[in-house]
Amino acid sequence: MRTSTLKIRTVEGVVFSQRLAGPVTRFLAWFLDLLCIGLLLWVVSWLSLVVGFLSWNLAGAFSTLAYFVISIGYGIACEWGWRGQTIGKRFFRLRVVDVEGMRLQFNQIVTRNLLRFVDALPAAYFVGGLACWFSPKCQRLGDLAANTVVICNPHVTEPDLDQLLAGKFNSLRQHPHLAARLRQSVSPDEAAVALQSLVRRDEFDPIARIELFAELAAHFRAKVEFPPEATDGIADEQYLRNVVDVIYRSRPEARRDQVLA
Amino acid sequence: MIIDLQRFVAAGRPYWSDLEKILDRLEAEAASTMSLEQLTRFQRLYERAAADLAKLTTFSAEPETRRYLERLVARGYSEIHETRARRSRLAPRKWFLETLPRTFRRHLRAFYLSLAITLAGCAFGGFALILDPDSRHATMAYGHDQLTPEERVRQEEQATEDRLDGRKTSFSAFLMTHNTKVSIFTLALGMTWGVGTILMLFTNGVTLGAIAVDYVQAGQTKFLLGWLLPHGVIEIPAILIAGQAGLVLAFALIGWGKRRPFTARVREVSRDLTTLILGVGIMLVWAGFVEAFLSQYHEPMIPYDLKIGFGLVELTLLTLFLAKSGAKGGAGEIPAPAVVETRKP
Repeated sequence: MRTSTLKIRTVEGVVFSQRLAGPVTRFLAWFLDLLCIGLLLWVVSWLSLVVGFLSWNLAGAFSTLAYFVISIGYGIACEWGWRGQTIGKRFFRLRVVDVEGMRLQFNQIVTRNLLRFVDALPAAYFVGGLACWFSPKCQRLGDLAANTVVICNPHVTEPDLDQLLAGKFNSLRQHPHLAARLRQSVSPDEAAVALQSLVRRDEFDPIARIELFAELAAHFRAKVEFPPEATDGIADEQYLRNVVDVIYRSRPEARRDQVLA
Repeated sequence: MIIDLQRFVAAGRPYWSDLEKILDRLEAEAASTMSLEQLTRFQRLYERAAADLAKLTTFSAEPETRRYLERLVARGYSEIHETRARRSRLAPRKWFLETLPRTFRRHLRAFYLSLAITLAGCAFGGFALILDPDSRHATMAYGHDQLTPEERVRQEEQATEDRLDGRKTSFSAFLMTHNTKVSIFTLALGMTWGVGTILMLFTNGVTLGAIAVDYVQAGQTKFLLGWLLPHGVIEIPAILIAGQAGLVLAFALIGWGKRRPFTARVREVSRDLTTLILGVGIMLVWAGFVEAFLSQYHEPMIPYDLKIGFGLVELTLLTLFLAKSGAKGGAGEIPAPAVVETRKP
């Protein structure tokens, strides 16, 4: 069955997943690489003109060998030097990785690049594209032979929740027993939806944003009913922010503040 | 239960950052080594990150932190669980004198099969020419059907000027790259369950057999040997080895009598394929030089006996190299281990 994710279960029983790159993104990356190869060959043709002043015989040999080395060696050199990436793959944030999550080996890189000879048949990677389309892990023939897959490799940094949940006054925390009930009744998926809606709030159209937060606020209001003094005058988006704050942060300092008050 | 994400991140962050630094160093410096203490810390950090990921997956659906941890665990996993040897330094001499011939010998059956297919093609081409002389137009490539052997020998031996004058180097570069491309293609066609590789070897044999029979029938055996042996004794085995590599790939693909899964079978031969095709490349560079600078020159410029002798010396050395080189010194190169299937992607 075709899947968009490569899941690997480690011997420790932990599962991690990598998002597989689709044929279209890979084709675009390859097209960019083709332009890079074309540029290198253009440079070589100028260099061979210079060599031609010394000897046309040498210039012919130089351009023949350079064309061969660049067309075959470009993918191998880039993927080896950049751990599974070429210029096109870097641009589209793709990376070649071992199908079982192991370290990518030089022989795997060589194999997948040499098998382009078959994948490229009859033109424009038709065979490779077909194989990629029908393969469960979106592998062209070279990938199958080399035990590799191409994954999307989005830039991932350490998460920063401080900015999102920065400590404004949270009226829901004035009622710790209700806050505890809210934490109990919310499932991880519901919590994730609430958090994601806040993380991505600036991506929505204004009207859609208002509607979304109204719907989500209503959903969470129905789960636990807080007294009017805790919810009156609070916009839906702020209410949801307070809900997420309650769910994802136990904030002992808040409890301490309440005790002191 | 939903974990307190901020506290969770705050508690895990120093360990994750440490792990990330170690991974960055390992990935940047392939030759770097770690002390036992460093290794222990690395493993502990990895296990902590894996445990954090498991906890996060179970108790929270927060995607950003999970993606970050997944990426970290994936990188750590590949470094810790990789069992294949890491090649920290290039050792071309050892590779050429030991790894290459041992790899060739490890897949000797595939080479014999490659040879048998080529010989079958030779027999077909030869018999076709004997039975139907007109078949030369179908079986002989590169314009060899346009001249009879007698005409060709007369032309070559009476030539007053060097037809490769001023373009020997570029001709040799053309031969090297063209033959290497054909060899890579022969290997790559192993992915067609070997059908493409067999066809390539067979058609190559047909051309060779037809040309050989044509010259022998015309009484030009000495010319034929003088023309083909100097470069052919290297070029033809190179194509046979490319066919051997293609058949090795096909066997791994088909997996006759092997219970291991496809990925394990292919992983087992992947390094050997690279070794064989690099060896083929080296052989074809030599053959290209010899063909451009020696094979195309005939009597009276160069005596045929000398060319034939040169070819026989090359053939002897090649045979000795492939059969004996690297034979001493233990069991030889350890093949890439098959990965035990404990993960189910």
